[in-house]
Amino acid sequence: MRLQIKNLSYSYDNGNAIENVSLDVKRGEFVGVIGPNGGGKSTLLKNVYRALTPDSGEILLDGENVFAMPYRKTAQKMAVVGQENDVPFDFTVEEMVAMGRSPRKKLFDSDTIEDREMVHHALVHLGMENMAKRSYLNLSGGEKQRVLLARAVAQECDFFVLDEPTNHLDISYQLEIFDFIKRLDITVLAAIHDLNMAALYCDRIYVLKDGKIMLSGTPEEVFTPKNIFDIFGVYSSVAKNSENGKLTISYFSGHSSKGIH
Amino acid sequence: MKKTGVLIISLIVVAVLSIIFAVGIGPVFVSPVTTTKVLISKIPFFGSFLPVSWDALSENIVLMLRLPRVLLGFIVGASLAVCGVTMQALVRNKLADPFILGVSSGASAFATLGMLFGAFSFLGVYSLSISAFFGAAATIIAVYVLSRHRGRINITQLLLSGVAVSMIMDGVTRIIKLSAPNALGLHNAEFWMSGSLAGAKWAYLGLPTAVLVLCMVFLMLNHRGLNLLLLGDENATSLGVNVSRLQKQLILVASLIAGATVAVSGSIGFVGLMVPHFTRLICGGDHKRVLPVSALLGGILVVWVDVAARMLLAPEELPVGVLTAVIGGPVFIALLRRNGRERG
Repeated sequence: MRLQIKNLSYSYDNGNAIENVSLDVKRGEFVGVIGPNGGGKSTLLKNVYRALTPDSGEILLDGENVFAMPYRKTAQKMAVVGQENDVPFDFTVEEMVAMGRSPRKKLFDSDTIEDREMVHHALVHLGMENMAKRSYLNLSGGEKQRVLLARAVAQECDFFVLDEPTNHLDISYQLEIFDFIKRLDITVLAAIHDLNMAALYCDRIYVLKDGKIMLSGTPEEVFTPKNIFDIFGVYSSVAKNSENGKLTISYFSGHSSKGIH
Repeated sequence: MKKTGVLIISLIVVAVLSIIFAVGIGPVFVSPVTTTKVLISKIPFFGSFLPVSWDALSENIVLMLRLPRVLLGFIVGASLAVCGVTMQALVRNKLADPFILGVSSGASAFATLGMLFGAFSFLGVYSLSISAFFGAAATIIAVYVLSRHRGRINITQLLLSGVAVSMIMDGVTRIIKLSAPNALGLHNAEFWMSGSLAGAKWAYLGLPTAVLVLCMVFLMLNHRGLNLLLLGDENATSLGVNVSRLQKQLILVASLIAGATVAVSGSIGFVGLMVPHFTRLICGGDHKRVLPVSALLGGILVVWVDVAARMLLAPEELPVGVLTAVIGGPVFIALLRRNGRERG
């Protein structure tokens, strides 16, 4: 077992909360968390990567309590790719990626040739070696996202936490980024907005609604028109794509979907 | 990597030359050659080989009057720049500066209290510096807490609380001054508060230099952490930084530097804002470069601004803080406007 979350509860001052959430991710699994906005996806992940400290419950990473670890050690085991956020200071692409090396650095360590090679390798991996000296601030949204992914690669972890990393990217970038992560063959816990994306990439899915795990299972188990209605209140039809065997979900507008479920 | 080395070495050369030239400039001009000779003659061992070719007056002017002042200017400038870099990383904003956020005012208020009423006199020789440190720390913490909203520093809140706190602290300083028990203390306080390097003595140099060196070592060791802080608390956490611990350490570092600097030079504004800004334009955002380059540039800047302060209205002297404000204010406004545009 890679990641185990046991009875995790967290509440914000304004009452929004997650309650008693338990979840696990096995080694090599791609696990998705879906659910309506404000359902607690992001809150859950923030607790996992220690941006928030839970009120109660446990998070174990390879059997070890995350909150007893130094932050540096957590960062050696788990890389986080979130949405690109505004950085008010300018760094080059190379410098941004090199920051992924810092969890492996002690106070007196300087940057080694190995670090530089790792950074270069990560950039090549994402096809960005020509942009190494470019300013991060001037990149497009999709390029910034690739830089953050390269940073996670340079971090050399085999467990990624993805906090809706592709939310505002166009479809080609979305596929590119998920394909890339899938190819890395690592363990992934991802909050995903788009149900078709979740169906395409996840081995297992947890549904988080009103701060609680509503149901979980394989995409086939979770994505039924009835479940989708229960989660989001929308009508849909679900079909298996004959070419890749994955589910595709199509939605109906208005309320003209009587008889679907 | 190599380019940064060259930059730093050339800045060190410029700094040394600036100090030598600045020492020579004043009502009595001392040529750079003479200054250099006097300085070399004071280096143990080496000095004995140099024939004395200068008069005692020049030596006195160089060693007793000008050199302490110029060196103090350099240390103060470097300290203010480094303090600016630290505060900018702490609040994640380019507009942070010890003067703008009221830290200098806080340090001044507490220092005045110490100076006029002997409030911290049990602390001995360093009472002024230590009281200034407490003032700086109190202000940084107040501004930081006031402008933090849901774990983020809100820029409007930051600037407004900086202004508010600095006005409160200035008010406190005035009250203290008006109720001063002795006229001599009051005169000293007035003179010192205008942000001046006049009256520098060798004895003033020790503490700020020691504080700057210590803080610089700490910051350089933590340059990765400083870089990561700029990405925001969550990103920094996920990349292995103990954010709340590092922020507390930075508050301590910034207070120490601001306290030690204000105690010897009063409040000199905008150096902590301008210098890091231009440094980032030259060499990017990595603190491994920003810290040493800012320190050198800050030192060089204040050395020359102080020369201007001595010469512009000679024989009258301008407080150096007045000149940095005149130069720095427009830079601040330009930055503020650009900041507004970037945020749409």
